[in-house]
Amino acid sequence: MKRTVFPNRWLPYALVAPQLAVTIAFFFWPAFDSLRLSLYRASPFGDRLIFIGLGNFERLLADPAYFRSVATSFVFSALVTVLGLAVALLLAALANAKIRGLAIYRTLLLWPYGIAPAIAGVIWLFVFHPSFGVLPYVLSFVTAYQFNWFLKGWVALTLIVVAAIWKQFGYNLAFYLAGLQAIPGSVLEAASVDGAGPIRRFFAITFPLLSPVTFFLFTLNMTFSFFETFGLVHAVTQGGPGDATSILVFRAWKDGFEGLQLGYSAAQSVLLMLLVVALTAAQFRFAEKKVTY
Amino acid sequence: MAVSTRAATAGGTVAAAEIIGRVPATRRRDWSGAIAHAILIASVVMLAFPLYYAFVISTQTLDEVTSLPPKLVPSTHMLQNYADAWTRAKMGRLLLNSAIVALAVAIGKIAISLLSAFAIVYFNFPGKQLVFWMIFITLMLPVPVRIVSTYQVISVLGWVDTYWGLTVPLMASATGTFLFRQFYQTIPDSLAEAAQLDGAGPLRFLWSFLLPLSKANIAALFVILFVYGWNDYLWPLIVTNSPEMRTAVIGIDSLIPRTSQLPEWNVAMAAAMMVLLPPVVVIVVMQRWFVKGLIETEK
Repeated sequence: MKRTVFPNRWLPYALVAPQLAVTIAFFFWPAFDSLRLSLYRASPFGDRLIFIGLGNFERLLADPAYFRSVATSFVFSALVTVLGLAVALLLAALANAKIRGLAIYRTLLLWPYGIAPAIAGVIWLFVFHPSFGVLPYVLSFVTAYQFNWFLKGWVALTLIVVAAIWKQFGYNLAFYLAGLQAIPGSVLEAASVDGAGPIRRFFAITFPLLSPVTFFLFTLNMTFSFFETFGLVHAVTQGGPGDATSILVFRAWKDGFEGLQLGYSAAQSVLLMLLVVALTAAQFRFAEKKVTY
Repeated sequence: MAVSTRAATAGGTVAAAEIIGRVPATRRRDWSGAIAHAILIASVVMLAFPLYYAFVISTQTLDEVTSLPPKLVPSTHMLQNYADAWTRAKMGRLLLNSAIVALAVAIGKIAISLLSAFAIVYFNFPGKQLVFWMIFITLMLPVPVRIVSTYQVISVLGWVDTYWGLTVPLMASATGTFLFRQFYQTIPDSLAEAAQLDGAGPLRFLWSFLLPLSKANIAALFVILFVYGWNDYLWPLIVTNSPEMRTAVIGIDSLIPRTSQLPEWNVAMAAAMMVLLPPVVVIVVMQRWFVKGLIETEK
């Protein structure tokens, strides 16, 4: 708390007014309205709302397609986050040496962050294109298997995972490099003198010392893969083939804006909100216990 | 295994050498440096390849695009493709819309969060705790978890298909307020005392003292928000109906060839290149602030 405080009765209210207005109109109102809407369904002609209590939630929890979306979302996010971070950490550890030109490498690594997920998806869509793409062409020399993501769910999922990792990979690597450079060489040297091998040193010293970086990147990548990849799915796979790439945000959008089932979509929003609250709480608990600062 | 031994030992050698004041030239150190360069160059090339491939496609004719094996060198059709993409997708209008949205979201959010953070740090007023929590609880829930209801608010306000509808809801988050609050709290109290002694009121203090000190934070937040505003997909898709109000990331959807259409990937890639360039340039040019912004908005 500041000791120097400006004495003024009305000014502070005027200063917070714009932010409060935006927050109430576009955060509190919609959040509470989602709660309310989730208890209704639209009448057959869509002209009025019929109260159905927890009907939407009962329907959701009995819908195997919804659980497929939950699974797809978690598999997708886990792949993007864990795979993306593991490879970045491995490469950063191998490349950890005092070298020149790190600033140039940083620039050459960071730029893909600026590409919209949808645009990244379009580029990879062509790389994966069954008829003209370079990847299926190269693979056709190795195997006769048809890597056609129009038809095969796992290929479509691989496509969006690769596009998402591509966009995130550069800055994951850049942050790990910076984190590694900050670890004093003398610490590792001491462990080396004590007879610890390179793998032992990595897991006993480097990895724990990097835990703040890992935690930061983990949160960033999870949030990204859960909430900012809608464009990627919408522009590339439209959730398909079948519903192989229907992540939760995509399903909520589709049921609400294409299916016009507002209550059903709002119920999905409510469950998504609960999920975010639970994940945030878990994140804070984890941060307290495991992360070395 | 051998590689990381060398890397680790080299790190130790350098640290030791710094203490002694002399750098012994060892072959090992050269090796770890060479390996590091090799890995980094390989990573950079791998990252750049899809972009290069997309660019190459955007310079080819339809025949070249659909020929096998794929041609990986630029061709002669570049201007034609970019002109086609420009007229077919009405690219001028799309890019203008994206620029308006990205700038409005960035500037608007920076402005409102500068003011509210100032009020929270430098004033005592009844209800301050409540205001504080009302703002900070928004950190928990991103826009995608309440899309239907937010759309309904917009339609009640009559903001569907307007720049207001495209931009203002994206400002309802506390990341900026949080960032500026953290920063103001690091500023010594003596600065505000000195300003008050000089007879400066609160707004004068904000404008002439705090704002100049906040430049780096403003730049950091600007990069993050500009990229976010430019690249956001879900919200503009929901809140716009007419092609004139679409932003570039969703507006080029019509150019992406679907199964039954002529595979004009050259035109689609030309459009993609035009859409991705502005945010990438902003990141490269404002790189220092970008890294700062990434770290501080996530705290």
